[in-house]
Amino acid sequence: MNKYSAEIRIVLRNGILDAQGKTIESSLRSLDFPQLTNVKVGKVINLQVEAEDETSAKKLVDNASKKLLANTIIEDYFITLTKVE
Amino acid sequence: MNCSVITFPGSNCDHDAMFATEYSGWKVKNVWHEDKNLPIGTDLVIIPGGFSYGDYLRSGAIARFSPIMTDVIKFAQKGGYIIGICNGFQILTESQLLPGILLKNKTLSFICKDVHLVVENNQTSFTNKYSKNEIIRLPIAHGDGNYYADEEIINELESEGRVVFRYSDSQGRQTEESNPNGSINNIAGIINARGNVLGMMPHPERYVDKTVGGDDGLRLFLGIMESL
Repeated sequence: MNKYSAEIRIVLRNGILDAQGKTIESSLRSLDFPQLTNVKVGKVINLQVEAEDETSAKKLVDNASKKLLANTIIEDYFITLTKVE
Repeated sequence: MNCSVITFPGSNCDHDAMFATEYSGWKVKNVWHEDKNLPIGTDLVIIPGGFSYGDYLRSGAIARFSPIMTDVIKFAQKGGYIIGICNGFQILTESQLLPGILLKNKTLSFICKDVHLVVENNQTSFTNKYSKNEIIRLPIAHGDGNYYADEEIINELESEGRVVFRYSDSQGRQTEESNPNGSINNIAGIINARGNVLGMMPHPERYVDKTVGGDDGLRLFLGIMESL
């Protein structure tokens, strides 16, 4: 068995109101950062995976993301895997 | 008539739901979320409000996998009646017993106040004791009540009369100002296509007697009893 470290980045899909992002953006504007726009707030989940290989590790994390970690009605998720030596 | 009220870790409206249903004549049992089966003879399940599992990850996302939910989903599939209130509504959408999802309130604030609602559909098993377009007043208390679904689902809900309650002002006007949380089309409560699963953000169980501020919620619990 190999160990992998996984990072799942979850963001609201395009077109879904990101109330936190909008509020932060307006705060940035009032702090004189008008160049910073299109603010989106998401979440990052880190976890460890034990699996035979990278493909099955990714499959496990993908299944968990679909089932629990993300709600695909409103969220997209991106998985990054790193092998733990 | 037997009502089962589910308690999850973090539920805080379960006792109000038990009071309200008992007050309206139901025989009530409290069911712990780790139980595997609903009590035999359950006619109505209430998934109450609160902050199940601290609202971690997404409101309702973890409670949806509590052991009792397998039987609750089976109960719904067999046509059993379910009301999900506030966090209960969020749990029902995460369980996909109802479409859509409840996003963070548009203002990001937790909103705790009375709101007016228009009863859009009084032909459901739950709302038969209200008049069509009746304006009622119920409390809301939520941070994630902003109902969202894609256009296709919204059109389906609207064309099939499945929007049961809509936020309005005291005159029944459904404006942006009377929409507390940013819900699409001022949606406050919806029902599934089969008509046996109702989800709503406002709290009918908190207003069943005038001594506690109002009794506009009472007829919901009386109405569903009469339908059975």
